Amino acid sequence: MMYFSRLKTTIILAVCLLGILLGVPNLFPAPASWMPWRAVHLGLDLRGGSYLLLEVDMKSVIKERLDGLTDGVRQALRGGKIFYQTLDAQPDQDRILLRLRDPAQINEAVAALRPLVSRDSGSGQADLAIDSNPDGTITLTLSQVALSNRASGAVEQSIEIVRRRIDETGVVEPQIARQGESRIVVQLPGVGDPDRIKQLIGKTAHMTFQLVDETANPAAGGPPPLGDEYLPMQDRPNEKIAVRKRVDVDGADLTNAQAGTSPETGEWVVNFTFNSIGARRFADITRSNVNHRFAIVLDNKVISAPVIREPITGGRGQISGSFTAQSANDLAVLLRAGALPAPLTVVEQRSVGPELGADSIRAGAISLAAGFVFVIVFMGIFYGLFGWFANLALVVNLFLMLGIMSLLQATLTLPGMAGILLTLGMAVDANILINERIREEQRLGRPPLAALEHGFSRAYSTIFDSNATAFLAHVMLFVFGSGPVRGFAVTITVGIATSMFTAWMLTRLLVSRWYANTRPKLLPV
Amino acid sequence: MFIKPLLRIVPDTTRIPFMRGRYMGLIVSAFLSTASVVLFFYPGLNLGIDFSGGVVMQGRTEGPADFNQIRGALAAQHITEQGVQRFGDESEVLIRLGAQPTEAANQAAVAQVRAALEKGIPGTRIMRTDAVGASVSAELFRNGMLALVVSLVMIMVYIWFRFEWQFAVGAVVTLILDVTKAIGFLAITRIEFDLVMVAAILTILGYSTNDKVVVYDRVRENLRKYKSMPLRDLIDLSINETLNRTLGTSMTVFLASLPLALFGGESISGFAWVMLFGIVVGTSSSIFIAAPILLFLGEHRLRRDAAAPVAVKATTASRP
Repeated sequence: MMYFSRLKTTIILAVCLLGILLGVPNLFPAPASWMPWRAVHLGLDLRGGSYLLLEVDMKSVIKERLDGLTDGVRQALRGGKIFYQTLDAQPDQDRILLRLRDPAQINEAVAALRPLVSRDSGSGQADLAIDSNPDGTITLTLSQVALSNRASGAVEQSIEIVRRRIDETGVVEPQIARQGESRIVVQLPGVGDPDRIKQLIGKTAHMTFQLVDETANPAAGGPPPLGDEYLPMQDRPNEKIAVRKRVDVDGADLTNAQAGTSPETGEWVVNFTFNSIGARRFADITRSNVNHRFAIVLDNKVISAPVIREPITGGRGQISGSFTAQSANDLAVLLRAGALPAPLTVVEQRSVGPELGADSIRAGAISLAAGFVFVIVFMGIFYGLFGWFANLALVVNLFLMLGIMSLLQATLTLPGMAGILLTLGMAVDANILINERIREEQRLGRPPLAALEHGFSRAYSTIFDSNATAFLAHVMLFVFGSGPVRGFAVTITVGIATSMFTAWMLTRLLVSRWYANTRPKLLPV
Repeated sequence: MFIKPLLRIVPDTTRIPFMRGRYMGLIVSAFLSTASVVLFFYPGLNLGIDFSGGVVMQGRTEGPADFNQIRGALAAQHITEQGVQRFGDESEVLIRLGAQPTEAANQAAVAQVRAALEKGIPGTRIMRTDAVGASVSAELFRNGMLALVVSLVMIMVYIWFRFEWQFAVGAVVTLILDVTKAIGFLAITRIEFDLVMVAAILTILGYSTNDKVVVYDRVRENLRKYKSMPLRDLIDLSINETLNRTLGTSMTVFLASLPLALFGGESISGFAWVMLFGIVVGTSSSIFIAAPILLFLGEHRLRRDAAAPVAVKATTASRP
């Protein structure tokens, strides 16, 4: 127990040295840029920044899929000359309900709808189940697999678009990651007030170009004519305008958008460029509708509805509509980044200004220093020399903790700092157990070496059992916790591991070297 | 101080008959825990934003904060706040809004408060914004409780595995009593119960178990060593033998947490106070609760009384 081979000694010292080397970068800034200088990541609560949890609106993903499908059904039935009474999308049940006018046509209808089913290229599973009843009703139900694939795709696509939008704002090192089924975590270091980013993220930014129905009059009330919809104006929400439901050109066909000022009026405008498909369609529409109005619609609001003076064939256009420099820029960013597949809502926000973060670091550092001194003085007073061995091990333990956390690129949060303090208090527990045990063994009349041998070996199982339970509790905290609390769990679990190493290996080595050199008649415990 | 220890917490020869006070200990503990459960229902816990949902914003004003002016500025924008209070420094203000009906309303409230403050009290800076929607807060609460329950079960299984079932039951019953008292402490002090508090309670669980394991470990060792000593005396002996360690460790952990309560700043000091309370409770419960429970459960199983027939004693006591 008290004998250390040369190899073992070297390994223990090497681990301690490595730990100190890895821990040192946390104390000073890098002296030279070529040195590998890896410090612990500071959490957003310490460095300042924002954490946003976004939820993808899955209902609208499903609804959009069902709407598309409803169009498909309508066309298929029209092609087969099959008439129906009702055709309803029922998003709550992930299905479309169809009632035929003539139940005798049911087989014909099912055959006409069959081409709408597509199969997964991998598993060969159908994305749609068609069930028919003799009474003339047919249901088309989306399969769970297809739904979750679509949801998953929507989240992935949203992440990409959110990333593009945030990149445009110049935030340094944003982190955007998926969480669970339908959520996205956005971390923005250094952003204490994420209002502008929330605004950018909060817009679906689905832009369409639709023709205005000049014969309809929304002010007259009543439902819009067939194939039309009434949409509010962006800057005058009370005023509605009748537009054709048919989307002539989609914002997805834009290749570029830039804010600028109009040379004629000096107003802020957004200039855009279409890709070849968009340019061709835009040219066709404008050519056949000269002197009519078309509406530029963003997220179901009409930005502007200008009159087409002449065909626009160059694939370039301009949106005007009482913009400010900021709003024109934002719209350009949104159009460049593309539309979100579904609306995003912020379900959780945690923002800390850099000022408060710095305050927290200072308070944490003062507490850490004071707690450290308290523990060291206590050990010195109550355990003498063996207490100082424990104190040395405690210092090494602190470095090892910092070193491992730097290596793992773990995040240090304010609760994490509390965790370090608690670990300092608990780390000496192993040493206290050992020292008390050695003292008892000596009181039983054992000579020094035997007392040390027995002390260490008997304390071992106690140390192991008592640390194992605490370890389990904090692993659970890591599994179920989130954010800063996870940081706490990480520091404590790392701390338990390192303190067992320093108490069990390093102190024992120190004590054994000391004993070999001094050969005392009585241990000062 | 550098070679010889200067002080001992208690002399090595201390032999306090703790088990004589076993009924007293259990009664006091049962009373405190019952009171805590009552406090849990009335007035209840001061749920933090993590679990209640809503908006909390911390602002810093230039010079001492004028709370009436702030309330006025918020009221002028038709914002219904749940509380405007001082937070540490006299220029620090904490504004709390209850859970809003929708996620969007939650977000809108953040922007409104910011605008109202910037307009109403120029020079105010928003230092911190926490907005938690209803779906997230429900989830956080569920996960927090799950962490507590799963930890308790794992601790019980571990102790059962390493010791005998009487030890496991004794430890878990004691831990539950400890946790209820911590919750009572939260209810009385009105410290906000949030995720960080779950972490504090879990840490108390870990610490308290740690303490019990050390005493139990000594009981187990002494059971093998003194085959004919009555369990009651044996438990007393074990507690006394480990008393220096029990007090020593609780003092170091206490000393390490104390600065956090004093200088750690408003947002972490609640955590530290709960920890300090938990250390005291966890340490005393090892002696006054966990040990008596072990005595009651184990009196006829772990060890026959000294008067019992010798033959039975040998078979039951030799199990590891």
